Amino acid sequence: MEVISSVRPPLVTGGKTVADVTEDICMQVEAKPSRSWMMGMAISLTALAVGFYALIILLWEGIGMWGLNKTVGWAWDITNFVWWVGIGHAGTLISAILLLFRQKWRMSINRAAEAMTIFAVLCALMFPGFHMGRLWLGFYWALPLPNTFGSLWVNFNSPLLWDVFAISTYFIVSLVFWYIGLIPDFATIRDRATHKISRIIYGALSFGWDGGARTWQRYESVALILAGLATPLVLSVHTIVSFDFATSVIPGWHTTIFPPYFVAGAIFSGFAMVMTLMLVARHVMGLKDYITVYHIEMMNIIIIVTGSIVGIAYLTEYFIAWYSGVPAEQYAFYNRATGPYWWAYWIMMTCNVVSPQLFWFKQIRTSVIASFVLSIVVNIGMWFERFVIIVTSLHRDYLPSSWAMFYPTFYDVGVFLFSLGFFFTCFLLFAKFFPVVNMAEMKSILKATVSDKKTLK
Amino acid sequence: MMERNKNFIIGVYSDPDQVKNAAKAIIKSGIRIHEVYTPFPIHGIEDVLGYKKTRLPIVAFLFGVTGTFLALFMQVWMLGIDWPMIIGGKDHIALPAFIPVTFELTVLLSALGMVGTFMVISDLKPYKKLRLMDIRITDDKHVIAIDIAANSMRVKDIQSVLKDSGADEINEKNFE
Repeated sequence: MEVISSVRPPLVTGGKTVADVTEDICMQVEAKPSRSWMMGMAISLTALAVGFYALIILLWEGIGMWGLNKTVGWAWDITNFVWWVGIGHAGTLISAILLLFRQKWRMSINRAAEAMTIFAVLCALMFPGFHMGRLWLGFYWALPLPNTFGSLWVNFNSPLLWDVFAISTYFIVSLVFWYIGLIPDFATIRDRATHKISRIIYGALSFGWDGGARTWQRYESVALILAGLATPLVLSVHTIVSFDFATSVIPGWHTTIFPPYFVAGAIFSGFAMVMTLMLVARHVMGLKDYITVYHIEMMNIIIIVTGSIVGIAYLTEYFIAWYSGVPAEQYAFYNRATGPYWWAYWIMMTCNVVSPQLFWFKQIRTSVIASFVLSIVVNIGMWFERFVIIVTSLHRDYLPSSWAMFYPTFYDVGVFLFSLGFFFTCFLLFAKFFPVVNMAEMKSILKATVSDKKTLK
Repeated sequence: MMERNKNFIIGVYSDPDQVKNAAKAIIKSGIRIHEVYTPFPIHGIEDVLGYKKTRLPIVAFLFGVTGTFLALFMQVWMLGIDWPMIIGGKDHIALPAFIPVTFELTVLLSALGMVGTFMVISDLKPYKKLRLMDIRITDDKHVIAIDIAANSMRVKDIQSVLKDSGADEINEKNFE
């Protein structure tokens, strides 16, 4: 059998030259903020302000302001935490794993996806922090610092402490990786800057980058090794997040499938968030030649693969619950689908398992509007996944007398709103002041991949 | 370090492949190239210029190993020696439970150590005085810089070699 592989579609359309790349990307930084940017900022800041009010009351009064009770001791806070960490994973997957696999289409989206990672991880870090009640003592509770209780050290046997190390390492390494990539692009903005203040700021940010071949050689080596380090790191982070549940003795939580299932779910939700953000950025910032329909299709393929892995994991959990013969385990899963929280379960199933299957149709996975809608659907579904795992496993524990329901209060919603406002404010600031596409990487592939074809709409 | 190199002749090119061929031709004619400045990495130019492979991977490995041992030492000392406690019926030194933190600190030290070393050896710092051969090298031009003092050849001859190699422009650059 003879197979002729098709020519890959060009990654940049519109016949762009190297100078065009500089112009198109830097223009965003140099121009006055657009109207849509101002509107986005106004909405984000409003969410941030309302959320901030809720947060202040929460810190003042304590976490009794949340709807938690004796039975459901973890609810929205940890749901939000896992949701945000999961979203963060796509950035590292795109920039590190796709770099190792030499997938060049990553170059249009990796910068923005890494920024998303950093802001999402910051949002995630808020929730365990606030859940401690007294955030200002958190350093002593969470880090191995000498203290006056002994020193009574932190418990290194606890997955919660592993999480502290995993998430903070992940945050630091992602930040470094992102910043290393930004240095040459900051230098480009520096050399175009006309205003004295922006020249000084971008000059400092660019660390005196002069583009020498020896520096580039080291730079590429550093980027490759950071990718090699970040790849097992990103897999370890969500594995450890899943250990928070999997190493417990709660029916519905202590399943060995959790680590791979959580990692797949994280990439799934992260790609959906990248899709949402990039489709907006592509439209508002006029990046249609850099983020083409081919990029959208590639991302949708990853969404369908990871979404299907998540779907299989859901079914496997049911099989194992039945096969284990443990009544408590079986009840937890029966209750999940048919108990008082059945609606959350079926939202999760529909959004995460059924809806991504639509991407099997080429027309849907190459449609901008369908991709946008489905990306939001997936993110809603993934939020509900964490809610289902956490709340439905807890709310009916071993003693029927302690069965309870969880009702969110204004402060549950408010702190979530705060994190959303924080995320979008940061992302909008990034989109305004930082180069949203990695110009240096983009330029290096331009010669091989540019097409004169008209901008695809 | 570079204070003595004050006068350069620079050839400006627009195409990355052309730069590589030009660098080859210039070296062949016996001229020493100071450095090539480009807006993006050109693969293979380090071989043309005779640069050795960077040893940063070794640095990363050594920092990583340091991280592994520091993390293990910290956990064993804190929970096994300084203040032993029985947690969940496990041994004081429960090695399997120490692996996640050990892994994270290995990655952390390796990444930070390597990037820090890169910054130091490449002299990247926020307050650095900028010495750019040509302002367009962060946009779309490539520059081959030749230090006049490091070559015995006459300036005119160097310029004609650069011209033959296909340079768009030939300029002189003097640093104060």
